[in-house]
Amino acid sequence: MNELVVRTRDLSKHYSLGDSVVKALDGVTLDVRRTEYVSIMGPSGSGKSTLFNMIGGLDAPTSGSVYINEVDIAQLTPNELAYLRNRTIGYIFQTFNLIQVRTALENVTLPMLFAGLSPEEADERAIALLERVGLGDRLHHRPHELSGGQQQRVAIARSLANNPAIVLADEPTGNLDLKTGKEIIDLMKRLNQEQGVTVISATHDLKMVDVSDRIVYVRDGRIANIETRSDLRLAVGEVVGLSDDLQA
Amino acid sequence: MTQRDPSIRVAFSQAAKGVLHRPARQLAAALGVVLAIALFAYVRTSQMLASAHAAEPDAIEAANRIRWLTALSLLICFTGIMNAMLMSVTERFREIGTMKCLGATNGFVLKLFFVEAAMIGISASLAGGLLGVLAAALMHAASDGIGAFGAAALAAPSVFGASCLLGTGLTVIAALAPALQAAKMPPVAALRVEI
Repeated sequence: MNELVVRTRDLSKHYSLGDSVVKALDGVTLDVRRTEYVSIMGPSGSGKSTLFNMIGGLDAPTSGSVYINEVDIAQLTPNELAYLRNRTIGYIFQTFNLIQVRTALENVTLPMLFAGLSPEEADERAIALLERVGLGDRLHHRPHELSGGQQQRVAIARSLANNPAIVLADEPTGNLDLKTGKEIIDLMKRLNQEQGVTVISATHDLKMVDVSDRIVYVRDGRIANIETRSDLRLAVGEVVGLSDDLQA
Repeated sequence: MTQRDPSIRVAFSQAAKGVLHRPARQLAAALGVVLAIALFAYVRTSQMLASAHAAEPDAIEAANRIRWLTALSLLICFTGIMNAMLMSVTERFREIGTMKCLGATNGFVLKLFFVEAAMIGISASLAGGLLGVLAAALMHAASDGIGAFGAAALAAPSVFGASCLLGTGLTVIAALAPALQAAKMPPVAALRVEI
């Protein structure tokens, strides 16, 4: 399967700070194939998170477009965008963003309830997901009763709630220690391979390099370089997504 | 393909969880409603008891004066609830942003806050109504004898009805602006907020 699940075209996001304009993103063109594991690397302030927000439909670009499954998301109505966030994309955040007053199980069932599943179906599926991420014995714990790594596991289970095509992660290991971070990366890779879900992760965690099919280096809002895991692939010209100025 | 608003049952269960898990905050919002509605119910019951008795002009005039007081206290209560709802929304920007990332529609967020306001409104109005009717019955029993309890019991249903309508109506209207603000917020703005 070679179809492109995410395409960005000349994506820019500018913020005005007083008189000056900050170019958080400055013409990013990137293609991501289905089932690919892509890491977006770069120092803080390089535009990783902005790119994450744009691809996830959480924020609107200043110019350029994002296509998810060949649909330009700028054309979507608010409820169509909600549908996309609900079923097509799963989000994982650096700060986990679990709802504090809900149990692990309730956090995972929430997107399913939004999708119209009955509470019984949702519970059943959420329990299966939590068991897959190794939290079968923590179903009724609240986030504050869980460790950071466990909270991120809940978030991963939640991101997979409605079998999304894409999982977007923004610094998923940023708040975790080395060992826990490695476990989370391995879990994401395992789900990527087993479920065939496309993973796009903004990170500056070098542990992520080992599992990535492609690494996109971002600097000052532009793509500086793209590395593919096997040089062989590069030789047969399968690499896609070099920004226009780099190809030129 | 477009997202449909989840059924009202989902809004109810989510709002109930929100209310039950933050009892202190809800109590603060509810207390103002309880007091204002208690005063309202007290005045209404007193009026009905007074008119059931051969009307005493003094008592009716006093009741008229107190009517202004009630209106004023309801107004103060209204701004109080509005403030409490606004706090409740601001406090939960992150939660709202997260819900939107998970596929909550604007309509659902709106429903969530309205249902929550209605729950607070109804329970606070019932408590306030009970308090007011009881207080009025006790006052009249002290001056007119134990028969006042019977008369108060007769007056209670209509007073309760009016109290609930008024209290819930006020709470829901007060929630309007904060709920709209919450519903319209783009998810990224809601997530960025640091509290």
